[in-house]
Amino acid sequence: MHGVSPDPSDIDQTVRQASRPTDNDIIDAVVESGHHGAPAATVDGVTDGEPGREHARGAVRDVAHGDDQARPPGGASVSILPVAANRRRRPQPDDPRRSDVDEWGRSEHMRSIVRRLYNPMYRYWFRVEWEGLEKIPTHGGALLIANHAGAIPPDAPAIMHGIEVELGRPVYGLADYFFRTVPVVGTLWSRTGGVPAHPDNAYRLLHDQHQLALVFPEGTKATSKTYSDRYRLRRFGRGGFVEIAMKAGVPVIPIAVVGAEESMPILFSMGGVARALKLPYFPVTANSLVFGPLGYVAYLPAKIKLRVLDPITFDVEPGLERYSRSRVMDEAEAVRAKLQDALHDMLRERRSVWFG
Amino acid sequence: MGRRVLITGLDTFWGGRMAQALELEPDVEMILGLGTNDPKVPLERTEFVRSDQKYSILNRIVRATQVDTIVHTFLETNSIGVSSRVLHEINVIGTLNLLAAAGSAGSSVRQVVIKSSAHVYGSSETDPTWFREDTGRTSPVRNRLERSLIEVESLVRDFTEDNPHLVVTVLRFAHVLGTDIITPISYDLRHRVLPAIAGFDPLVQFVEEDDVVRALEFVTGKQLPGVFNVSGAGKLPWSEVASIGGARLLPLSPFRPQAFAAPLRRAGVIQFPPEMEGFIRFGRGVDTSRFAATGFEYRYTSAGAVDSFARANNLRRATGSGSGAPEYRYEQEVEQFFRHSPAVVRGIDG
Repeated sequence: MHGVSPDPSDIDQTVRQASRPTDNDIIDAVVESGHHGAPAATVDGVTDGEPGREHARGAVRDVAHGDDQARPPGGASVSILPVAANRRRRPQPDDPRRSDVDEWGRSEHMRSIVRRLYNPMYRYWFRVEWEGLEKIPTHGGALLIANHAGAIPPDAPAIMHGIEVELGRPVYGLADYFFRTVPVVGTLWSRTGGVPAHPDNAYRLLHDQHQLALVFPEGTKATSKTYSDRYRLRRFGRGGFVEIAMKAGVPVIPIAVVGAEESMPILFSMGGVARALKLPYFPVTANSLVFGPLGYVAYLPAKIKLRVLDPITFDVEPGLERYSRSRVMDEAEAVRAKLQDALHDMLRERRSVWFG
Repeated sequence: MGRRVLITGLDTFWGGRMAQALELEPDVEMILGLGTNDPKVPLERTEFVRSDQKYSILNRIVRATQVDTIVHTFLETNSIGVSSRVLHEINVIGTLNLLAAAGSAGSSVRQVVIKSSAHVYGSSETDPTWFREDTGRTSPVRNRLERSLIEVESLVRDFTEDNPHLVVTVLRFAHVLGTDIITPISYDLRHRVLPAIAGFDPLVQFVEEDDVVRALEFVTGKQLPGVFNVSGAGKLPWSEVASIGGARLLPLSPFRPQAFAAPLRRAGVIQFPPEMEGFIRFGRGVDTSRFAATGFEYRYTSAGAVDSFARANNLRRATGSGSGAPEYRYEQEVEQFFRHSPAVVRGIDG
């Protein structure tokens, strides 16, 4: 069943209280990622409260059992094919919904498929390693910010996947509007937790729905920069992320990402081509020189290390219409400085781009 | 003295429904309906006045009948089969005359309710996922329907400013589905082909037709000035609309979908008005918390509205009628007889 782990003792992680009923796929993924080594060290820090610890397998069995009860006897059992079983939500008398797509467009079913596909990449290609994951709250809203890099940035999926798998709670990634205009990609992005980066959207996610939202304050300025500018943070927009966090009354949690820069380095950009194709930028990457056109989907196997910095709370009254511009800019600059320091610190410790 | 209500577009779907609903309210003393054609629904006590689309006689009617509430349902929110000129006459000029009559010196009108549409927000990639009433559109206006509705709302805004003593309530409804209403989307669902843009599956909202009437009725006679978004709870992907509605998706090219849809549109297989293009590419969401705060309770969610339509459609396929009710034909003399003849004994259930 569900499973990958032959022996419960392999499962080294607790399953946090799933916040939503559709979260059972997260649990699947937790079980799946049960034996990987890298994050375990940091995850152990999270798994406080040993006595209340329930085995992932046990939790999954419970979920499967619940499903079996709701299902007519003889129906396909969720424990054999969890993906197929979740394609349609269980029919309920008054619920005409046929998919689990939420009001943001995120589908837990879709996420679970993507998690399955992405997990080998996460574990064996990028060998993602977290530090300080326990600083991300398991309940309540928080605005995650990170540095952004790589022509097609691998940092967003790594962060979203990592937090979903390790903490069992969804992350909504706020991205440029441009995504929405691209057929298929825009829809996939939306189904896997992408949300257009609009202040109203961020506020609703953080304040009203107590979710985790991920933004990259540098925006495309960071992903379009060339390799010679690696790990130099760009301007943090107009500090909008600080204002949103103030308004929503949630902490900002910076995440320093090392490795994304080297996974798809940009050698130079072709402005004319970008304009002709109506793209934000058109990079010529090292990958594309090595792999040809495939280089735009093939990353170099740089090791990705993520360090979660201390949450930053702002001592202001939440819910105001507007906050002092100078205060917002100062705070944004302070966050940027902290993130830049952390990056430098991590780079000082790094021995190898490929092995960390 | 009870309320005296004037309804525009009595011959249209919403006007007829609204009149039927108000007839059941005992504190509504008089209901007067304006329409260009005969009413399409049976009415007990609503008075019907035939007028042109521009409501040029409205000023006289308002003065003569001393109405205190005007419910303006006669706004075209679907550009299929309506020429630009007619659209302008109905929406802009009609509203202009209506507001002029309501705001004239010595007018007895205390409340104006406008049935507007979420079309005023448009649909584009730069939209927030939820439009609040005070969020402006983010994209330029690209089609005549939206242009005309925006013009209507700007007339209403000016009117509200000029007449602070009046309660002006504007309801912006999301797309409507239900047992009887015919819209481009319901037309497509009935023909079991729903146009979509390849590679896009946006999130959409619906409001059920009964909830539309209930919302209009709810605000009528209440002190609820301002603009309110009205839509069923939740959102669903366009593909799920097809799935619940029992239709197939017809993927159109992301580039110039209108051109690709043209042959099918001409053949009458689908309806695909220009205002639908942005909607099925980027979808639209309206934040309904302001209206929810007034205490209104919906009977249907967005998905529930689609489901309600689908069930009615199944019935229609089986019996030829969506609601199961027999067809009604208005007969002027008969209606006049029942309403005004001394021979009819009123006040008994019949």
